[in-house]
Amino acid sequence: MLNFINALPGAVVQGLIWSIMALGIYITFKILDIADLTVDSSFCTGGAVCIVMMNMGYSVPLSMLLALLAGMAAGFLTGILHSYMGIPMILSGILTQLILWSINLVNIMGGAANLALKNSRKVFRLVNLAKNDFSLLVLLGLTAAVIGVLYYFFGTEIGCAIRATGSNDKMSRAQGINTHFTRILGLAISNGLVALSGSLWAQYRGAIDISDGKGAIVIGLAAVIIGQTFFSKISRNFAVQLFSVLLGSIIYFIIYTAAVNWGLNMGYLKMLAAVIMVVMLSFPVIAKKFHFKKKVKGDTTNA
Amino acid sequence: MLKINGVYKTFHPGTVSEKKAICGVDLHLKPGDFVTVIGGNGAGKSTLLNLVAGVFPADEGTITLDGINLTHMPEHKRAAYLGRVFQDPMTGTAATMEIHEHLALASRRGKRRGLGWGICRAEREDYFERLKTLDLGLENRMSQKVGTLSGGQRQALTLLMATMKQPKLLLLDEHTAALDPKTAQKVLTLTQKLIEDQNLTAMMVTHNMQDAITYGNRLIMMKDGTIILDIEGEEKKHLTVEILLEKFAQTSGSTFSSDRALLS
Ligand SMILES: Nc1ncnc2c1ncn2[C@@H]1O[C@H](COP(=O)(O)OP(=O)(O)O)[C@@H](O)[C@H]1O
Ligand SMILES: [Mg+2]
Repeated sequence: MLNFINALPGAVVQGLIWSIMALGIYITFKILDIADLTVDSSFCTGGAVCIVMMNMGYSVPLSMLLALLAGMAAGFLTGILHSYMGIPMILSGILTQLILWSINLVNIMGGAANLALKNSRKVFRLVNLAKNDFSLLVLLGLTAAVIGVLYYFFGTEIGCAIRATGSNDKMSRAQGINTHFTRILGLAISNGLVALSGSLWAQYRGAIDISDGKGAIVIGLAAVIIGQTFFSKISRNFAVQLFSVLLGSIIYFIIYTAAVNWGLNMGYLKMLAAVIMVVMLSFPVIAKKFHFKKKVKGDTTNA
Repeated sequence: MLKINGVYKTFHPGTVSEKKAICGVDLHLKPGDFVTVIGGNGAGKSTLLNLVAGVFPADEGTITLDGINLTHMPEHKRAAYLGRVFQDPMTGTAATMEIHEHLALASRRGKRRGLGWGICRAEREDYFERLKTLDLGLENRMSQKVGTLSGGQRQALTLLMATMKQPKLLLLDEHTAALDPKTAQKVLTLTQKLIEDQNLTAMMVTHNMQDAITYGNRLIMMKDGTIILDIEGEEKKHLTVEILLEKFAQTSGSTFSSDRALLS
């Protein structure tokens, strides 16, 4: 138990780092209504770009900015494959994921499956295991800023156009929205956030591995769904929806940490994410079966 | 206003499921024309409207609207000049978006969308007044999701969106077919009012012969991807369902087979 409590700040830090990725997944999964598998590789791209840049002596913010842009480029590619080349969404994501895996390994990480931050840089990273409490504050500020920017952006004309595209793309085109463009932009923003999250993860760990981010989509979806289940009913306000993703991510990592502390075989970790998702997704369906009397009277007025 | 010249459209050409949907259509509309379009199932009515809207490109022929060549223009660009209402109330509106957001989307049709607010307070007052004219009480639930509205309410909202920016052409594809008769009548009356108020040019597909006769100043009938009847002016005014059926038998050499068109 004491171990678990000691591990809690670490769990919250991880939850905050991954919440930025989960927000990216929220954009594709919830707003654009598509399943984008690019994220499994763009996470690693973000981490690798950030470490390479930092090892070359560039500042932390610049390294993270470039990681973000690299992720956006990945999302852009998936978007082009899907919209202008007519490749189905799932396949487009998988193809970019494969392309990126090679680029990550050969071009960014120079053939090494693992890349560590140089010693001299360790003091300067934004999130540092040795200074956990400070990391917590930095991360809180950063995630709040990301949520703020997303809240503003999806209230703008172009943001509304992206939301409309996800809700009904036929209607969107009839209202003059270029749905190819909005989908590509949404995918780019989503993967930019995923890569940003990867860059934070790499700094937190002090290294990036070519396998980092594998299964990221499951973790991100789990965070989104946990958030939706527990918090999204509080208010329909978009900011509340975004914060619920953040909380969902933190809860996921607390469950994860607890499971590890109580002796769950590490080999079961991915299954844990899947089980959490099954429980969360089936919860409303099962709950409905037991509360069938609590039906809301439908709107009977007709136009 | 609208000039459709020698347009052809074949789906899945060169395959076993090849379907010649439009086989040489010429149609010229004058400004203010309100054309009703009838014809049996699969006659090509929706395909013709979709060709004008740019859902897919024409294989041959040209389409111009008020001098603007639409032939190769992508769908979202043509939207600047068109208002569209679909058969399925779900198609014209987005269930997860709010009522006033729909009007905000429509008011930006044909404009560049940037980083300005997607909807601002001054607009809401305008939308309140516009929704009030529908007399459906929607003005009091502007921030509700459209998913909570009935089919008729959604069609009325779509009509409002379609006519908001005074389109050069209004395309209505059986937009009352999915509604119960009473609601359909209300939506039709609203359609008529909106078209008259703004003196819009419009094409309305309907499966109801009586509606096709009652509304508009011109009527065309389609069969097998071509226009087989085109009636306007005084002749249109004195049309009855019987005359229409007789004319159909004369031109096509068969009797009008769609029960759906006869009964409704
Ligand atoms: N997108 C499409 N793909 C393939 N065939 C189509 C498509 N749209 C319409 N068709 C075919 O073209 C013909 C005309 O259809 P349509 O224009 O929808 O007729 P209607 O007059 O009933 O609206 C039909 O045989 C239909 O099956
Ligand atoms: Mg049709």
